[in-house]
Amino acid sequence: MRSALVNSAIDLSALLLEVSSDSCGASTLFVGTVRNMNDGRQVSGIEYTAYDSMAEAEMHRIVSEAGARFETDRIAMEHRLGYLGLGEASVAIAVAHPRRTPALDASRFIIEELKRRVPIWKREHYVDGTRDWVDPTRTSAEAGR
Amino acid sequence: MISVRVLLFASYAEALGTSSLQLELPAGSTVAELLAMVQKRAGGDRLPPRPLVAVNESYANGGDRLSTNDEVAIIPPVAGG
Repeated sequence: MRSALVNSAIDLSALLLEVSSDSCGASTLFVGTVRNMNDGRQVSGIEYTAYDSMAEAEMHRIVSEAGARFETDRIAMEHRLGYLGLGEASVAIAVAHPRRTPALDASRFIIEELKRRVPIWKREHYVDGTRDWVDPTRTSAEAGR
Repeated sequence: MISVRVLLFASYAEALGTSSLQLELPAGSTVAELLAMVQKRAGGDRLPPRPLVAVNESYANGGDRLSTNDEVAIIPPVAGG
């Protein structure tokens, strides 16, 4: 199992290939990308920063927890830092398992834990030229999963 | 006295005007006491009353005691993914 912060475009198919195995009948790939709207504002890009050493440690802990809970070590996750334009992948989580239910559940667990715990921040850039740090604890009712 | 490095990020680094501070505190000081010191500095009033704090890369509670050379990070609401 592997997790990493990266500074360049994530290779999605390589990540999926990394976890796949003849023993695994199910492979999942969750990809988070930069969305064009947030809280009613038009986004032009997002700048991601992190407390690098702790983010890596926390990502590693999450992947280990997922591995133990869903009984697979075929997990690979990358989170990208820096400025990303619309549609670019900020995070990718690949999980493989003999069966689909644990593969899907592990993928979900990992993204939810990442969003809850990992010290990564995002500053959104808007088409009107303004920029704001995103505070997920203060988004509007329509925002969310 | 103990010497502790405080790391700031994102909106908190902007509020305090720096991404790190070196603070001297009485031995046995808690995370809450360190936070109170930081909140008294210029811009520190822009921090919430009880932000997330990590000590040596693990989340900590206000009552946790600090040791010299601890790395304390004051962590704005996380927004990964």
